[in-house]
Amino acid sequence: MSQNHNHVVPLSVYFSIFGALMALTAVTVWVSFHDFGVMNIVIAMSIAVLKGTLVVLYFMHVRYASRLIWVVVSAGLVWLIILLALTMSDYLTRFADY
Amino acid sequence: MSASDSPVLPAHHFDDLEQQHAAAQLGMWVFLITEIMFFGGLFAAYTVYRSSYPEAFAAGSRRLDIGLGAFNTAVLIASSLTMALAVHAAQLGRRRALILFLILTMLFGAVFLGVKAVEYSHKWHEHLVPGHGFRFEGPHARQAELYFSLYFAMTSVHALHMVIGLGILTVMILLARRGRFSPEHYSPIEVSGLYWHFVDIVWIFLFPLLYLIERHR
Repeated sequence: MSQNHNHVVPLSVYFSIFGALMALTAVTVWVSFHDFGVMNIVIAMSIAVLKGTLVVLYFMHVRYASRLIWVVVSAGLVWLIILLALTMSDYLTRFADY
Repeated sequence: MSASDSPVLPAHHFDDLEQQHAAAQLGMWVFLITEIMFFGGLFAAYTVYRSSYPEAFAAGSRRLDIGLGAFNTAVLIASSLTMALAVHAAQLGRRRALILFLILTMLFGAVFLGVKAVEYSHKWHEHLVPGHGFRFEGPHARQAELYFSLYFAMTSVHALHMVIGLGILTVMILLARRGRFSPEHYSPIEVSGLYWHFVDIVWIFLFPLLYLIERHR
């Protein structure tokens, strides 16, 4: 995308994202009241990741940002995944009677 | 409008306004990455204990008010919309709209904190604050106390970020009133917006993790 810092996003984009975030909130509450077994947490986290991604890309303008910003944001996410994955690789395998 | 009539100059260590704007954005993102790691530690602790005591976390979660939690989620999403609209107004040099949207964003933020205070008060009266006064029926009392420790740690640190956000927006409104921003120079507004949206994203994850555990039982 353009490096021009004055990239003005159309208002319709903001309202669409707002509508999507509200709808996804309603969906995640609805899902929590139904039994999908282990899929409950998977669906809840998938919706949260989708909502977070919409905020980052559109409200925080990363979709229109420079490559440098893309690299920094991606690096932060990779480090978060390392934090969670390495921690859980320990705790989920530590005890024999798990 | 005298302030915005005079040409806006970059600080002396920047080549031009474009570079200054890019540097401000990058700086805020680097700060937000440190914030991801800060909250990441709490989320990691939550994941460890929830995987260890799933029943206790579900029992604790059912004591939260899902209506207030969902309402607050909607309020924060609305505040993110008005914050995005504030940045939009700043880009177009619409000072009155900018101030209006910043005030709306602060109002939504204040409503969120008010609801949070009501929830904390309920938990206090229901003896769900960890410590000597903690009372919890059922076989998982100790582990449920752990859940509530994480609930209070995560939501209070999040609320602290909201309070700081309200302080930042107050300063932005004062600067906007003095005509400090223009379509050539609105980095402080955009960077404040990045912070505000980040705090919103943290709540987007806190809401399902704390309020929505096994509600179907």
